[in-house]
Amino acid sequence: MPDERLIVVGGGLAGLMTTIKIAELGVPADLFSVVPVKRSHSVCAQGGINAAVNWKGEGDTPQEHFDDTIYGGDFLANQPPVQAMCEAGPGIVFLLDRMGVMFNRTQEGLLDFRRFGGTKHHRTAFAGATTGQQLLYALDEQVRRFEAAGLVRKFETWEFLSIVKDGQGHCRGITALNQRSMEIHAFPAGAVMLATGGPGMVFGKSTNSMVNTGTAAGAAYQQGAYYANGEFIQVHPTAIPGEDKLRLISESVRGEGGRVWTYRNGKPWYFLEDMYPAYGNLVPRDIATRAIFKVVFEMGLGVNGEPMVFLDVTHIDAKLLDRKLGGVLEIYEKFMGADPRKVPMKIFPGMHYSMGGLWVDYDHMTNIPGLFAAGEVDYQYHGANRLGANSLLSCLYSGQLAGPTMVHYARGHTADGATAAALEHERQRQEDAFAKLRKMDGKENVYVLAKELGEWMTANVTVIRDNDKLRATDNKLRELKERWSNVGLHDRTAWANQELSFIKQMWNMLELARVIALGALRRDESRGAHYKPAFPERNDAKWLKTTKAQWSSDGPELSYEDVDTSLIKPRPRKYDVDKTAA
Amino acid sequence: METRSIRLRVKRQDSPQGTPYWHEFEVPYKPQHNVISVLMEVRRNPMTRDGTPTTPVVWEASCLEEVCGSCTMLVNGHVRQACTALVDKLEQPIVLEPMTKFPVIRDLMVDRSRMFEALKRVRAWIPIDGTYNLGPGPRVAPETQEFGYALSRCMTCGCCVEACPQYNDHSNFIGAAAIGQAVLFNLHPTGAMNKGERLDALMGDGGIADCGNAQNCVQVCPKEIPLTTAIGEIGRQTTIKALKDLLWR
Repeated sequence: MPDERLIVVGGGLAGLMTTIKIAELGVPADLFSVVPVKRSHSVCAQGGINAAVNWKGEGDTPQEHFDDTIYGGDFLANQPPVQAMCEAGPGIVFLLDRMGVMFNRTQEGLLDFRRFGGTKHHRTAFAGATTGQQLLYALDEQVRRFEAAGLVRKFETWEFLSIVKDGQGHCRGITALNQRSMEIHAFPAGAVMLATGGPGMVFGKSTNSMVNTGTAAGAAYQQGAYYANGEFIQVHPTAIPGEDKLRLISESVRGEGGRVWTYRNGKPWYFLEDMYPAYGNLVPRDIATRAIFKVVFEMGLGVNGEPMVFLDVTHIDAKLLDRKLGGVLEIYEKFMGADPRKVPMKIFPGMHYSMGGLWVDYDHMTNIPGLFAAGEVDYQYHGANRLGANSLLSCLYSGQLAGPTMVHYARGHTADGATAAALEHERQRQEDAFAKLRKMDGKENVYVLAKELGEWMTANVTVIRDNDKLRATDNKLRELKERWSNVGLHDRTAWANQELSFIKQMWNMLELARVIALGALRRDESRGAHYKPAFPERNDAKWLKTTKAQWSSDGPELSYEDVDTSLIKPRPRKYDVDKTAA
Repeated sequence: METRSIRLRVKRQDSPQGTPYWHEFEVPYKPQHNVISVLMEVRRNPMTRDGTPTTPVVWEASCLEEVCGSCTMLVNGHVRQACTALVDKLEQPIVLEPMTKFPVIRDLMVDRSRMFEALKRVRAWIPIDGTYNLGPGPRVAPETQEFGYALSRCMTCGCCVEACPQYNDHSNFIGAAAIGQAVLFNLHPTGAMNKGERLDALMGDGGIADCGNAQNCVQVCPKEIPLTTAIGEIGRQTTIKALKDLLWR
C-alpha cells in the first residue's frame, strides 16, 4: 500500500525541517503557507542558535545547556524533551553548516560562537545578526531541491482553515483557502503538522511578522486541541517602538558587549550590571524587561522622562560591530535615522514570543490523533521563559523529531472508506461559514477591533499582571467577540480579498486571547515571564503545573497537569549570583 | 496650529485582467509613520480623499524589518520595500504602484514566482547526503564567509529585476538575484562540487549572456549585495568552463 501524502502547514524553520525529514524518507509532502515560504517569520530571528559544542574551551556541555534552559524557564518545562533537544544541538548546527549556512567563522575557519542571555558560555552560533534568515534560506533551498525532484508540493498563499476529523476523531487532512481565488478545498493526509508560529498579532504591535496571527492554532483549539501555558508570553527587553510594529534589537547586541543604561543623578547608571552583578546585561529576557519597567515606571528614570532606556555599543570597535551585528544595527539606522555605532540606541521592551502553544506529547502529537505541532506553536521546550537562541533550536529539533514520527504514525493508521465523506463535510462547513462572512454588513471595522484587542492585551497581559485588570480584559474580549458579529465587510469582491480572510482570523485571535488572559488570571504566582505583584513568589506546591485549555462554547476550560521534573530538582531562580549546581 | 496630513496616491487594480485606476487617500499626520502604517490607517477607515467608501488596499507585507522581502513596491517611482519608506523622508502625495515586471494579482500585490523558479534553474542549494549527523561542514575562511554572507542576504524581493532593462515578460533573462545565488553556492566548498551544473544553466537561454550591463541592479538592492561583482564572477566562471568544455570535448 503506497504511503498517503502528509501535510505540513507553515513554512518557517519547524515546517521546513519537518518537510525535509518526511521527504527524505521518500514520503510525499504537501506544504501549505500563507506567504512564499522564504518570507516566513523565522527570517526575523537575529542573534543565533544554541549548541553546546564547547569550542571555546569553557567546559560547556549539553547537560549545562539543559540546566540553563530549565533554570531559565523557571522549571515549568517537561525535562526529558528539553534534555534531548540540548543533546541534539551540536548535530543540528553541524547539519546547518553542511547545508551551507554562512555562519561567522574563527581565524581557523571554524564556526564562531558568542554569548547570549541566561548562560555563562559562548554557545551561540550565528550568521551576522540575521541568523534566522540564513537558517530559513538553507532549509528553503533543501525543500526546493525536493520540490524539483517531485516529492514536495508547495501550496503558497494558501491559508489553513481547519483540520478534518474522521468518525473516530482522528485528523485526516485539512481545509484551506486559496488567498487569491478565495476557493476552499479539502486536502487528505495521513498526518498533519501545524508549524504555524506564534500569536504576536493578538498583541497588536509586537516584534512578530504580520502573518503571526495565531489563527491556525486558534482554529485547532476550537476543534478540540488543547492549548497549553498560553499565559506565558515573552516580552523582549530591547525593541524599538514603531507605528506599525515593534522592531527587535537582538540580545546578541548585549552578547557582544552592549550595555543597558539610563541617567541617574545626571550620570549613566548601568542598572542591569548593578542589580545583577553575576550576569549583568545578559540576564534572561523576563528579568531584563522587569528591570527596565522598574527603572522607567517605578523610579521615573526613563530617558527624557519617556518610556525608553539606552542600549549602548558605542564603546565597541565599529568593524567588529559590522561583522557580527551588521544586520540589526542596519535596522536601527534605517528606522530611527541614527547610527548606533556613534550614539546609544533608545529601546523599550516589546511582546516577542509565546512560550505556550498547542499541547503536544513527546512525539509532538497533539491530543488529536494524527495532528502534530512543532516550533513556536507548540509549548514544549521553554517553560515559563525562553532563553535567547533557543527558539531556532527548538524549531529545528521539533521538526526533525516530528517528521519521522508523523510518517510512523501515518503508516499505522491508514485512511478508511469514510475519509472522503469527512473531507467533503468539513469543506462544506467552511464554505457555509465563509458564505456568512461574505454577508457581514454591520458597522464595525475588523481592523479597528484588532487594534483595540492589541492595546488591551499589551496593557494588561504582558509584563505586570493584576487580577482586576485581567478580569476587565476578559470582559473586553467578550465585548469584542460580540462586536465582531457586527463587523461590516467593505470588500465584497471574490478575488484576493484580504479583509474577508482577516475577519475569520480575528475570531480565532479572540479565542486565543481569552486562553492567554484567563490562564494568566487563574495562575496566582510569579514564574518566569508571568509576574503578578500581588503574588510575587513562585509557588511550586500549587503551580508547578502545565496549564491546559480546552475549548468550550462558554470559554476556555482550564485544567492542570504535573510537570515532569524527574531530571533536575526545582531550585530557586536567581541571577544576581552565579547559578548553583543542579 | 495647522493640521497636517499624509496624502497617498495608490494605483489600484481589482484583478490580473483588470484595468488600473488611481485612488487618493489622506490620513492625519503622525511622526514615525512609514508607508505600511499609513496603509494600515487607511484600512481602518477605507475611504478615498473625497469621502467615497472603498475597499481596503491590498498589499503584501510580513516582517516589516526589511528582511522578508514581501513589501516591495514602487514608492514615488522608486522600487523599494514599503516598510523602510519613512513618511517624513518622502515627498507628498506619496505615490504607490505595484512592481511592473511581474503579473499584478491585485492592487500592490504581484506574483514573483518567476524569481523562485529561477532558483531552481541555477540549482541554488547544497546537495547534502542527508540530514543525519555527519559531523561539521567544511572549514571556511572568514574572508570567504564575509563575501558569501553578503550574497546570502538576498531576500528575493525583486528590486534588482524591477530595475533591470533586460528583465521583462518577453525575455527569459534569469536576473541578478539568481546569478548572485549561483556565485554563493559555487563559492561554498561543497557547493563547488556541482559548480558545472549551475554554470551550464547560466550559459544557456536567458543566462549570463543576456545581462546588458546596465548596473541598475546593484544600485537598487536594499541589502547592498555585490550583484555586479557576482555577474562579473559568473562571466569569468562561464568563460573558463566554455574553454574547458571545448578542450575536453
